[in-house]
Amino acid sequence: MVNFSGAAASATADAAARTAPAPAVDVHDLRVVRGGRSVLKGIGVTIARGTVTGLLGPSGCGKSTLMRAIVGVQKVAAGEVRVLGRPAGDKELRHRVGYVTQAPSVYADLSIAENLRYFAAILGVPRDDVQRVIEQVGLQGRERDLVSRLSGGQRARVSLAAALLGTPELLVLDEPTVGLDPVLRTELWDLFHALAADGATLLISSHVMDEATRCGHLLLMRDGEFIADDTPEALLARTGASEIEAAFLALVAKQSPAAEQGSDARLSDQPEPVKGATR
Amino acid sequence: MSQSTPAPASEQAAHSPSVTPAAAPAAVPAPDHGSATGGRVAASIRRTVATAGRVLAQLRHDPRTIGLLIVVPCVLLVLLKYVFDAQPRTFDHSGAPLLGIFPLIVMFLVTSVATLRERSSGTLERLLTMPLAKLDLLLGYALAFGALALLQAAVAFGLTLGPLGLHVSGPTWLLFVVALADGILGTALGLFVSAFAATEFQAVQFLPAFILPQFLLCGLFTPREDMQTVLRWLSDVMPLSYAVDAMNRLTAQSGVSGLVVRDLIVIAGVTVVALALGAVTLRRRTA
Repeated sequence: MVNFSGAAASATADAAARTAPAPAVDVHDLRVVRGGRSVLKGIGVTIARGTVTGLLGPSGCGKSTLMRAIVGVQKVAAGEVRVLGRPAGDKELRHRVGYVTQAPSVYADLSIAENLRYFAAILGVPRDDVQRVIEQVGLQGRERDLVSRLSGGQRARVSLAAALLGTPELLVLDEPTVGLDPVLRTELWDLFHALAADGATLLISSHVMDEATRCGHLLLMRDGEFIADDTPEALLARTGASEIEAAFLALVAKQSPAAEQGSDARLSDQPEPVKGATR
Repeated sequence: MSQSTPAPASEQAAHSPSVTPAAAPAAVPAPDHGSATGGRVAASIRRTVATAGRVLAQLRHDPRTIGLLIVVPCVLLVLLKYVFDAQPRTFDHSGAPLLGIFPLIVMFLVTSVATLRERSSGTLERLLTMPLAKLDLLLGYALAFGALALLQAAVAFGLTLGPLGLHVSGPTWLLFVVALADGILGTALGLFVSAFAATEFQAVQFLPAFILPQFLLCGLFTPREDMQTVLRWLSDVMPLSYAVDAMNRLTAQSGVSGLVVRDLIVIAGVTVVALALGAVTLRRRTA
């Protein structure tokens, strides 16, 4: 999934681009500066369609900024972000990409149904789609409840339901499972996989490492750079760790010297762990 | 999937079927995706009306705000009447301008706070990733608060022209039109100014900063032609001056003068400019 370096590799990629549909997300050398601080330091990644990709990393590592860049609401200093074959934030994408911000972005002073009916009208999707998404997030029977009276986890699910309206091709979900009990969290992950099976692409951020095993693919982030881009199984095998959290720590220890060379964070291009790390 | 590291077979098997074009049926183009301009305009109107409906629904869940919006100007007008109990002519002089000033102030305040809430709750960011034109949003707000301004003006007029016995020479309906235009102007100014407020505290402070100078210079306290030249110029470029001028003309003269129409055009023009500036300050991409 990571960018190739080298002419032969990019020729292959070009050939693939002509025959296959454009990847769901294609990021090249993305740099974002916020408040004088470099938040994303020239990262690149390709996310294939129909996959569930986990974006993991500690709080403040740039996960949300990357997601904002993908949905096209982030000012970008340099680099290119293409989504479903179009520039991120393109007018045409506004029907095709669903986005859930970290804090539930719904109207607290409206009922669940009023919120979703409004967003459905903005998207131009039929009204019966509202009932469908309410059932998908398991809030049926609560339609008339004011969002301000809901628990944090319920609010997060209303926000998720709004993003599911109109069956978007790409779902960008910023920590959608925070504050949910384990049962609900399992149900939501089942929903995410069902959506992917129907052809949707999901990019899901989390700072809870144990959710990583539910993803088909993982992007580990630290300090505005990727330190891994792989399947959970491959990541565990490569680091010899028994869980993702340990793998993350192992990668931080091993990859730091390489990361400091400023090489576009293409770290998982090296299948072998860096030997003889000097730390 | 351009995998540079050899992907495990299981992962390939799990994902490759869904990568083929045949297995990507999720692309449901929105129904209004047509190229016809008529369709786009209809969709835009639908979104504007939906936004207005949503803002009104939010207000419906907040009856206390509606109550305050309607009752407070009426209470102030009653107070004004009895403050000038001994000089009924003063109430005639200042009552009519206030009928235009109150809607502007109240709508300014409500709109700037409401828009700021939209920003801070993250719903604005969500809306801007959706197919909603910035002007759809602003016009939706203007429509909803305009309707509220209409209600407020109707109640305030019923009170002042009825029980409080305000004497007006010109046509009442035109007085009402001016009051409504002032309310919508307040909404447009509030939408614009809220772009510069980072917190609700700041938004509230914009009222004294932005409205009170206009209040002092609009001709309510001193006739505008008696002011120092610089103040007079300032007064000339402030929209509230035209609101008060129009009201004063309508109280003093019977019939419709061309000057009242000019005042109304100025108010409408400033409203349009403020909405356009509001749309410009609304950025889809932020730092």
